[in-house]
Amino acid sequence: MNAPFRPNDYASLPDAQGRFGQFGGRYVAETLMPLVLELEAAYAEAKADPSFQAELNGFLTHYVGRPSPLYFAERLTQHYGGAKIYFKREELNHTGAHKINNCMGQILLARRMGKTRIIAETGAGQHGVASATVCARFGLPCIVYMGAVDVERQKPNVFRMNLLGAEVRPVTSGASTLKDAMNEAMRDWVANVEDTYYLIGTAAGPHPYPAMVRDFQSVIGQETRDQLLATEGRLPDAVVACVGGGSNAIGMFHPFLNDEGVRIIGVEASGHGLTTNKHAASLTGGRPGVLHGNRTYLLQDEDGQILDAHSISAGLDYPGIGPEHAFLHESGRAEYLSCTDAEALEAFKLCAELEGIIPALETAHAIARLGELAREIGAGGVIAVCLSGRGDKDIFTVADALGRTL
Amino acid sequence: MSSRIAARFAALKAQGRAAFVPYVMAGDPDLDTSLRVLRGLPAAGADLIELGFPFSDPMAEGVPIQRASQRALAARTTLRSTLELVRAFRREDDATPVILMGYLNPLLSLGLERFAREARNAGVDGLICVDCPPEEADDLADALEAEDLALIRLATPTTDAARLPAVVRRTRGFVYYVSVAGVTGSKEAEADSVAPAVERLRAAARLPVAVGFGIRTPERAAAIARVADAAVVGSALVDEVAAALASGEDPAQRVLSLASKIALAVHAARSPAREAV
Repeated sequence: MNAPFRPNDYASLPDAQGRFGQFGGRYVAETLMPLVLELEAAYAEAKADPSFQAELNGFLTHYVGRPSPLYFAERLTQHYGGAKIYFKREELNHTGAHKINNCMGQILLARRMGKTRIIAETGAGQHGVASATVCARFGLPCIVYMGAVDVERQKPNVFRMNLLGAEVRPVTSGASTLKDAMNEAMRDWVANVEDTYYLIGTAAGPHPYPAMVRDFQSVIGQETRDQLLATEGRLPDAVVACVGGGSNAIGMFHPFLNDEGVRIIGVEASGHGLTTNKHAASLTGGRPGVLHGNRTYLLQDEDGQILDAHSISAGLDYPGIGPEHAFLHESGRAEYLSCTDAEALEAFKLCAELEGIIPALETAHAIARLGELAREIGAGGVIAVCLSGRGDKDIFTVADALGRTL
Repeated sequence: MSSRIAARFAALKAQGRAAFVPYVMAGDPDLDTSLRVLRGLPAAGADLIELGFPFSDPMAEGVPIQRASQRALAARTTLRSTLELVRAFRREDDATPVILMGYLNPLLSLGLERFAREARNAGVDGLICVDCPPEEADDLADALEAEDLALIRLATPTTDAARLPAVVRRTRGFVYYVSVAGVTGSKEAEADSVAPAVERLRAAARLPVAVGFGIRTPERAAAIARVADAAVVGSALVDEVAAALASGEDPAQRVLSLASKIALAVHAARSPAREAV
């Protein structure tokens, strides 16, 4: 095997074909290809336009509530007895997760492109809520595709989307979860090419989505970097985030990729365990293939059929991962660990009890690996973890898992 | 071999008629039944056959072909058993071109070179890969060309003049015009709007143009056959499988019966008698 490709500057990726090494690309039906190219051009133009950035920054400050705090999790640090643990408080954003960072960027782009109808897919419902929120704010109709199984396990978020004026369309094909919702959103886009903007919620899909979503989420890592330099006077030893599609993670990681001394650590959901067929760890348990417009690591059988993922957390229940993570995994720049449903539940409770913060089940996967890391890095070290979302939406799932009735 | 495709279109041209191209899903509802369908199609009037191979996430398909895919997967159909199906069909028919249609991941999983070699050995003539646009298709085109298999490209209502050269580059056999912006089996194709698009494609590709995605009835197939070189019907045929399963009938018989009706309409579409009406 060739030596893995390590660029000198990670900001130089993807290349003109939308590739991160061998991953990424634009594997879409011909009907969508002109739209994807149009989006690429429109985003490049917006990115270079200071007035677009200024408008986005204004909304991030006054509507989303940025910058989000970087909080020293003192009791969790004491509990683990090692490196100092900082939480990047993305759960304090408007709508309760990092998802709004991306939605705000994309909705401004959609308006700039003159699109009048917004579609989105959602797993846990966080991206659906964030999409519905920005659509309400800008007066655009919003249709959210959501797997029927997820509609059932994330009822509060479905109601939130409805309150915000969005139409939630339950998807019953396949396993009725996030990947099927994404298929259905793609089918809608193909059939409504004239007026529709597809607001993808994670750093996956055809180019330019992985790069664009990363750029909009990089505010997480950039602020973390500035805040740590201000409070600790140094860069962290490690940054940690949970990874499903990987948007909060790539947003946290990207501003640190060129700092070779900073360990980059993603945590995948290993569900019932990596040795079972009920997990969602595409990097650890999958192999490269093509799905949803990009080449990346996928859970698939020997015939190339995509397998159903499993995670207690609906937001991580996806059989693929953003292509830049696939690249960071193969190049060795980032490490990807995993966390089971049971470990995530423990971390969920621990964070609530020690820090008074109920994290999203997705986020709990990242928290679950902090103990080993903090001890390994040791006292005197610094770890920053992306507290990607709050866990109010998960209380029913958690109660169910703990055998309690609400 | 791509030469079967050229020979078939040349013969049709000499007869002054358009091709009827049925699409069926391999292994729907099982491999034995779909072999009976395949073997019956030429006699039912199929000039070429599009054979779908199932994929778990068929993003460009409407509900009928999604369900066909699910039925085929439930019967444990794979890309390799699809190739075995073609091999069995070829034992009795060495003239009707067979075009595989599906998604990239099963091809990548088998390996593109290995797929091309095994497909040629099985008697496949060409491939339509829905989620592999020209920008991503060089590896696939190399593998297919090495085995003399045609890579058949899709052009759509969103393919503008600027993209057309890229779309038809390295395409062989024929070009497939997706007549509606939408998934398979959803909207209906209008012959009036299809005709100029077919002309543009013919001029750019210098190849026959097949039209599909929005053709469900014999009447519409005939209308398309008057303006295009081939009319492809898929969703309506796989719906016959679903209907037969629901009513306890023989799926092969129902598929072949509808195929015969559409074939008659397509073949009569350009006849002088029809013109005189």
